[in-house]
Amino acid sequence: MLTTEERQEIEVEMARYPTREAVCIDAMKIVQRHRGWVSDESIRDIGELLQMSSADLDGVATFYNLIFRKPVSPHVIMLCDSVSCWIMGYDRIREHLTARLGIQFGETTADNRFTLLPIVCLGACERAPAMTIDNDLYGNLDPASVDRLLEGCK
Amino acid sequence: MTLEKPLTKDIPADGRALDLGGYERVGGYQALRKALRDMTPQKVQEEVKNSGLRGRGGAGFSTGLKWSFTPMGADAPRPKYVIANADEMEPGTFKDRHLMEGNPHQLIEGLILTAYANQADIAYIFIRGEYKFSEERLARAVTEAYAAGYLGKNILGSGYGLEMYLHVSAGRYMCGEETGLLNALEGKRANPRAKPPFPQVSGLWGKPTIVNNVETLANVPHIINHGAAWFQSLSHTKDAGTKLYGASGKVKRPGLWELPMGTTMREILEEHAGGMREGLEFRGALPGGASTDFLVPQHLDVPMDFTEVQQAGSRLGTGTMVVLDDKTCPVGMVSNLIHFFAQESCGWCTPCWSGLNWAKQILKALEDGEGKSGDLEKLEFQAKFWAPGHTFCALAPGAAEPLQSALKYFRDDFERHIQDQCCAFQRR
Ligand SMILES: Cc1cc2nc3c(=O)[nH]c(=O)nc-3n(C[C@H](O)[C@H](O)[C@H](O)COP(=O)(O)O)c2cc1C
Ligand code: SF4
Repeated sequence: MLTTEERQEIEVEMARYPTREAVCIDAMKIVQRHRGWVSDESIRDIGELLQMSSADLDGVATFYNLIFRKPVSPHVIMLCDSVSCWIMGYDRIREHLTARLGIQFGETTADNRFTLLPIVCLGACERAPAMTIDNDLYGNLDPASVDRLLEGCK
Repeated sequence: MTLEKPLTKDIPADGRALDLGGYERVGGYQALRKALRDMTPQKVQEEVKNSGLRGRGGAGFSTGLKWSFTPMGADAPRPKYVIANADEMEPGTFKDRHLMEGNPHQLIEGLILTAYANQADIAYIFIRGEYKFSEERLARAVTEAYAAGYLGKNILGSGYGLEMYLHVSAGRYMCGEETGLLNALEGKRANPRAKPPFPQVSGLWGKPTIVNNVETLANVPHIINHGAAWFQSLSHTKDAGTKLYGASGKVKRPGLWELPMGTTMREILEEHAGGMREGLEFRGALPGGASTDFLVPQHLDVPMDFTEVQQAGSRLGTGTMVVLDDKTCPVGMVSNLIHFFAQESCGWCTPCWSGLNWAKQILKALEDGEGKSGDLEKLEFQAKFWAPGHTFCALAPGAAEPLQSALKYFRDDFERHIQDQCCAFQRR
């Protein structure tokens, strides 16, 4: 079931678009903000509210890479793999991160603290290589600064 | 002569955003007052058309001309929409972020003026999900603008009304393509739509819709304040205005600078970016993001405007260049780019989706020392297949640009990968 809070936030969005369908991406993002990801159950609940089928909603959800249809850990790391970061040493940062966390892209650490994902250009090319942790942006990365950032994550 | 930097001069140096009070103190919302008081929508359109403003989202289409297709008058379909394209996902591009984080009200005023010029009823700012600061600052600025009477019903007592909403996207490069963006706003997958009909006539929910880039819109208040002739006078060349130029890659000072349109690549690289890092040589650059053809040392004196860069065989694109140095492998760089395009292809057209994936595999094999003779011809053949007209949207033609130009300018590097069965650039 959607919580009252989730439902209220979705209703705010409904006033901004002429159709219910248009709210579906916002609705999924709202649920994800509260729960970390969008489960089949959430898809069904959102579908009921917006009068959309689960299949239609899932078709939209799977198109967008920032909507998670699988559980993620409390800290989501997104490492930019686009061209400026690649030139500035993306490979080295990726190797450091995967070795240190013991996981590959798309995976979650055994202690369920970190999920690691690749991301397209973060628009931070002047401070490449760059990544986000929980949507906070960090640039000019080197292995030492990556270590400090990971240690700073509670 | 002191250089004028209308778009960036008021952005606080300490990284904060200019708030409403600060914006008003430097003349903010005066252009809106002037337009609502003294100018008809047609007059605003005319001023922008005469200014020569061309779209800063990559294609360089005349903004005034785009607006002139909007149905006007009492029997025009309603509601009409205007959209700020703040998706900024072109690899190598980081200019709109700076404008939104530093001076959100400038974008909002530009969007309101655009709405007024096209007599729109609803405005959306379509912003990518990763731009957290931009989102927070724009959300606050929209609230401030409502409270001050610059948005809502009957703006400043003029009788004109506009609602403005922020839509925070959920990823994918295709959302930045203007018809993909319309589908995303309607709650669908961001596949592009056939053109015609053009969005100005039939866009969001089939209603007239104008989509403009953030930097394009940010210019509008200044054009209304100071006039078309002033805007023309800002540039070094025929294409008017200033431009946010950027440089990333192994230059001494990567960054972003607002300079007269038509500033040369040499000036941007040498004076503003401080030249190449110690021990490195300039080999080339993508002048305006991932989907532009490489320019090489012989082009350093090309003025960076829409017309001249095109004559040099590339495109100005977003104006933020990605620099290739002599210790970085051009094959690896192109492989990275094609990987991006293959991943972001929406899959609608076979030449795009399957061709990109095929090219991606060939490039990966070259990098891994498994290239075969004939591979370069295959890549060339693919790039030709992605030409405008063969595919539904401009993603595939964009992907062809770095590949075809790299094969032209860095041919030896590609051939050496095949001959030596390895990459000679020891990366890392
Ligand atoms: C695949 C693709 C992605 C695009 N991404 C963006 C983008 O992120 N921002 C943008 O302003 N324009 C983008 N464009 C260009 C838009 O389609 C459109 O031309 C532009 O928003 C129009 O605004 P302008 O005339 O002010 O430049 C993209 C185009 C393509 C083909
Ligand atoms: S060119 Fe590529 S991205 Fe564009 S519609 Fe065709 S398949 Fe989709």
